Amino acid sequence: MFEDKFTRVLYIDLSKKSFTIRSRRDLFERWLGGTGVGIQLLKEECPQGTDPLSPDNTIIFSVGPLTSLYPLASKTIAIFKSPLTGNLGESHAGGRSAVSIMMAGYGAIVIKGKSDIPVYLSIFDNEVRFHDARAIWGIKDAITVGKIIRQRETFSGQRSIMRIGRAGENLVRFASLNTETYRHFGRLGLGAVFGSKNLKAVVIAGKRTINLADPKAYIRVYKKLLDETTSNLMEKYHDLGTAVNVLPLHEIGGLPIENLNKTSYDGAKELSGENLAQNYLGRRIACTGCPVACVHIATFRDPHEEEKYFYKTSMIGYDYEPIYSLGTMLGIKEAKGFLKLMDKTEKLGLDAMSAGVALAWATEMLNKNIISEKETLIKFSFGDWEKYLDGLENIVSMPNDFYKALARGTNYASEIYGGKDFALNFGKNEMPGYHTGPATHLGWFLGARHSHLDNAGYSMDQNLKGNYPAPEKLVDNLIEEESNRQILSSLVVCFFARAIYLNFDNTINCLKTIGIDLTKEELKELGREIYRQKMSYKTQEGWLPSYLDLPKRIFETPAPFGKISEEYMKKAIEHFRTRLEQNFR
Amino acid sequence: MRIEIIDPDRCVGCEICMLACVRRQGFGGLAKAKIAVHSSGGMEKGFTVLVCRACFDPPCAAVCPTNALEVRKDGGVNLISEKCIGCKNCVEACTVNSIFWDSETNKPNICIYCGFCAMNCPHHVLYFNKEWGKKDV
Repeated sequence: MFEDKFTRVLYIDLSKKSFTIRSRRDLFERWLGGTGVGIQLLKEECPQGTDPLSPDNTIIFSVGPLTSLYPLASKTIAIFKSPLTGNLGESHAGGRSAVSIMMAGYGAIVIKGKSDIPVYLSIFDNEVRFHDARAIWGIKDAITVGKIIRQRETFSGQRSIMRIGRAGENLVRFASLNTETYRHFGRLGLGAVFGSKNLKAVVIAGKRTINLADPKAYIRVYKKLLDETTSNLMEKYHDLGTAVNVLPLHEIGGLPIENLNKTSYDGAKELSGENLAQNYLGRRIACTGCPVACVHIATFRDPHEEEKYFYKTSMIGYDYEPIYSLGTMLGIKEAKGFLKLMDKTEKLGLDAMSAGVALAWATEMLNKNIISEKETLIKFSFGDWEKYLDGLENIVSMPNDFYKALARGTNYASEIYGGKDFALNFGKNEMPGYHTGPATHLGWFLGARHSHLDNAGYSMDQNLKGNYPAPEKLVDNLIEEESNRQILSSLVVCFFARAIYLNFDNTINCLKTIGIDLTKEELKELGREIYRQKMSYKTQEGWLPSYLDLPKRIFETPAPFGKISEEYMKKAIEHFRTRLEQNFR
Repeated sequence: MRIEIIDPDRCVGCEICMLACVRRQGFGGLAKAKIAVHSSGGMEKGFTVLVCRACFDPPCAAVCPTNALEVRKDGGVNLISEKCIGCKNCVEACTVNSIFWDSETNKPNICIYCGFCAMNCPHHVLYFNKEWGKKDV
């Protein structure tokens, strides 16, 4: 039995500055929540062929039946049409966002239209307010925006404040949406969609009670899961955070460095989770309801440029992926340089991954003399982080045509300026930080949101250790993994807890305590069906993966278990296309 | 008995104590939490944990117009719910801001010192002091 308030959808129309609340029991009963409900709402609300930066684009935030009730059920799913890829946009973030949406009394929020002036929204229980954001539009630093809204709104200390920076205002196609300073709906340009709607921020909070079908069983099941989440299953994320991955990936030769020209360099130790923890780690924080506290924040003390005895101390969040994109990919060898780039990225409101990969591509273009400083305005050189600080600023302020193109993504820029073979994007989304073998590249090339988290091909590569099955089988395995993950993102739980919630007994027991009876097979079929729904949306919007779109660089630089075979990749993609035509058309 | 905040610097802001408190009462959500964690001006500044100190001479009881808050011999108060008219005087009176309002029932959330929050805290921020208020201590 789904709870009444959870099955409510809040529809906000920015053009009319109006809102309605509708019970959508039908959607939640069929699709659970999160991604499952989100993709349906996108199909209902966002007409085929919609321009992602037009008022018709629709932003959906959704949570799931386990949100706020179980450990690591702490993520919000954002679904929209991506201005970066022109196709399905899906991005996940934690912080307080999920519990805040649930506590405000909604399972999903739909935002459409475009305001005539910059606004921010506050959503507290049944109250939605539109606030004038003209004075905060254009503020240099997205962190300051958070500070200002914090002072103006209620629910101090227990709310979620989602906001964009200048990157979003300027419609950089890979602008991110920041929540609680350190978490992001990072990928695929949700920040630009906010910007296109003149929407600067959303503040949301609430406090309410959730009645349970079986409170006693709830206490029992919760304890079991909390014990599991605090056990060694999660240790990896607990101690060093995701930055723990840097050294092992470097050791096996899977860490992309200097635009994936190599996988080994002498900066890895300096940028490792170990070094950052030892010399910079200042605080760890958690998403609401998660005991793990994987969010690692560095304390960085920097002397004032001109004035002696003036110091600025910044708290800068770090994770594996930004270390890769703003660090190793740009050949940075100093932790200080990486942290400054990270800080700048946060302030501008860019997706760290796309921004780093875009600058890495620009550097190689310059090195190969395909473009000159006339385009880049800055003499980029791998390792020179000070130049990249200016590069990040230029992506956002777009002083010339080159940066205007780069702000539309690496794929777009390479279509104009060349260098496609080393423009590391997949499905028009910039590459994540793994060069582990064919599974990882196939995974995000064929995945619905072109993310390493779609199907974790990087993990498959490392488990297979070079003993690859037939390409068709590998693709089938990736699709199965991606289908299973749709269950996680509809419950909604963090993918770091996949070992716990893809133990289906756990999930079945959790759902029982809130009166939902689903079998393992029903859950798995639901995952497959949500995957099909996403793929049908993607094909509807014109996506068909082609072998020719793979950047050739991935075949040139050896992966840990040898060079990636072009033939293998070709066959895998052909098989995927056959399956797509059979199932998802 | 009372809940003591022994190391607030270790708090990661997960709010698992708040959720535990509500779970112990047989519910989900946050409206019935008798303990609160909030950030202190942004996540980067760390967290503040608020919980009843189990005062021996509690100001909350002193301002209750209907004697709905009964002073316990071992410190703190018991809420006699049927006497409570929902005036919120107790919330105002609590110097450490540790009486929280349940706006769904229009009654205060009064800690009963069961220790369940401390048992659930994954980072040893809270300590359940069972000796507090005992005569021979």
